[in-house]
Amino acid sequence: MKEFKGKVLFLDRSDINTDEIIPAKYLTENTKEALKPYLMEDLNLEGFNTDNDIDENSIIITRANFGCGSSREHAPWALEVNGYNAVIAQSFARIFQQNMFNCGMAAIELPHKTIDYIFDKYNSKATNIEIDIKNCVIFIESKTKKEKIEFEISRFEQELIFSGGWVEYADNNY
Amino acid sequence: MGKTIVEKIFESHLVDKPYEGINILKLDRVFCHEITTPIAINDLVLKGKDRVFDPDKIKAVIDHVSPAKDSKTALQGKIIREWAKRHGIKDFFDIGQNGVCHALFPEKGFVIPGHTIIMGDSHTCTHGAFGAFAAGVGTTDLEVGILKGVCAFKDPLTIKIELSGNFAQGVFAKDAILHIIRKLTVNGATNRVIEFTGNAVDNMSMDERMTICNMAVEAGATSGICSPDMTTVDYLWEFIKHDYESKKKALEEFSKFMPDHDAEYDEILVFDVSEIEPLVTQGYKPDNVIEISKIQETKVDQVYIGSCTNGRIEDLRIAAKILENKHIADGVRAIVSPATPKIFNQALEEGLIKIFMDSGFCVTNPTCGACLGMSNGVLAEGEVAASTTNRNFFGRMGKGGMVHLMSPASAAATALTGKITNSDLFNN
Repeated sequence: MKEFKGKVLFLDRSDINTDEIIPAKYLTENTKEALKPYLMEDLNLEGFNTDNDIDENSIIITRANFGCGSSREHAPWALEVNGYNAVIAQSFARIFQQNMFNCGMAAIELPHKTIDYIFDKYNSKATNIEIDIKNCVIFIESKTKKEKIEFEISRFEQELIFSGGWVEYADNNY
Repeated sequence: MGKTIVEKIFESHLVDKPYEGINILKLDRVFCHEITTPIAINDLVLKGKDRVFDPDKIKAVIDHVSPAKDSKTALQGKIIREWAKRHGIKDFFDIGQNGVCHALFPEKGFVIPGHTIIMGDSHTCTHGAFGAFAAGVGTTDLEVGILKGVCAFKDPLTIKIELSGNFAQGVFAKDAILHIIRKLTVNGATNRVIEFTGNAVDNMSMDERMTICNMAVEAGATSGICSPDMTTVDYLWEFIKHDYESKKKALEEFSKFMPDHDAEYDEILVFDVSEIEPLVTQGYKPDNVIEISKIQETKVDQVYIGSCTNGRIEDLRIAAKILENKHIADGVRAIVSPATPKIFNQALEEGLIKIFMDSGFCVTNPTCGACLGMSNGVLAEGEVAASTTNRNFFGRMGKGGMVHLMSPASAAATALTGKITNSDLFNN
């Protein structure tokens, strides 16, 4: 199972699409590793700087409808090869969210109010997160604040994370 | 309680319900193209699972970058070509026979009412026009589809969208779906299927139904879907005439996948299409839609007519009618990509290609790379495009470019003036 802990990258915008996560011109690459330098190259977000903001973090917290648009699994792969195994958002586009779980990664939804609260209390500070998939709890911590946030995830999605992905699961079961 | 179309399809294809709310469905079709399939193939080979569940149910094409533009895209073509050959996938469409997947596969008769279809392409929802459940998936789902012929989906909730009335002059299926996306917003239909119904849908051709289903995903929908009817049967007849003694019998069979009158919908929306004006997107989200009349002075550098949304024969006819005996404006580049060889041939025979060329358009082979800035019409920084495609995302048709989505009629009119233009200007 992958590890779900690390520093948080806050992306304070809804509807971040998969073209922004990894532009289509890089879909000609035939390995996941080759996508590494291009993660969020075209992200349309004021103040975001790909050179400084990507490297040291490993969990994304963002707003609604993250990963909308293209079906490209290159989006989770580009995150994965940059050390991001989890995205926490108010909501996700269906295909992106399924792709994350299919890769054994986590795409966790929290209610609108909780996301607002997290942005309000943590966005401006260095924040760390650890996600306990089995018990459905997020531990969030900044220098001045520390708390537990519960989340919901289906058993199927948990199983995909535990088993390392959908290919193995399906080949064993169907 | 009655059932929706998608509930009936799920019920007839259910293999397993491993957990509450999760349905493992048997697949009738797994469609593949050269952008998302090669990595799935490589991964299967690496895992020692280089098998296919049924070579006759897998259909493959090279369409996004064709002809190959560089060594990397040539390699993608090579991987899918060799894979199709070694597994006996006879419906593989290589250069010369290839076209935009969501136009080509229906045209070949591969999509039948009641089918379950996946593809590593978000616009797979197009095929719902035939009363099929067709959903875009990622590479891992595609891989499992290829290997086992199954895919997992959550319980299907359905939004019923009833389109009533008749379209005004210069208003088309594209305008209707832009209007719907504006109302639903970009995630208004997430994890739900949109069932399109009403007399305006009944009156639509299959080309038009494919246009509205194609952009269902722009509202977040898993699939768009239209109930099969005699229009569906007429379109498919040449492929199914040996299976049914009459069109009526075929329709009787397909009626298994019509929605029940007392079906339960998650939401019902009604729109009168006669109230819709020609529409266009602005900004970087497909729900940012306004009336063309409100941004008529916006200058464009490039006009693109094509794609899985609007590259079919009816789209080309509509555009050519506006362009006939006229020339595009100075300073505008205009490109048309007929979506398949059959469409290209029809356009040749009907004289449409000559109209496009005489008016100053570049006519490309069937391919769809321009839509996502991969090939055949990439924008430079700061350039503006009027396009019949489906996404206006930041950088979509080229880094720093702006895309205005519109109908083929509006795109043709825009090519003539060099500014975003309502096609009414050219109606006599």
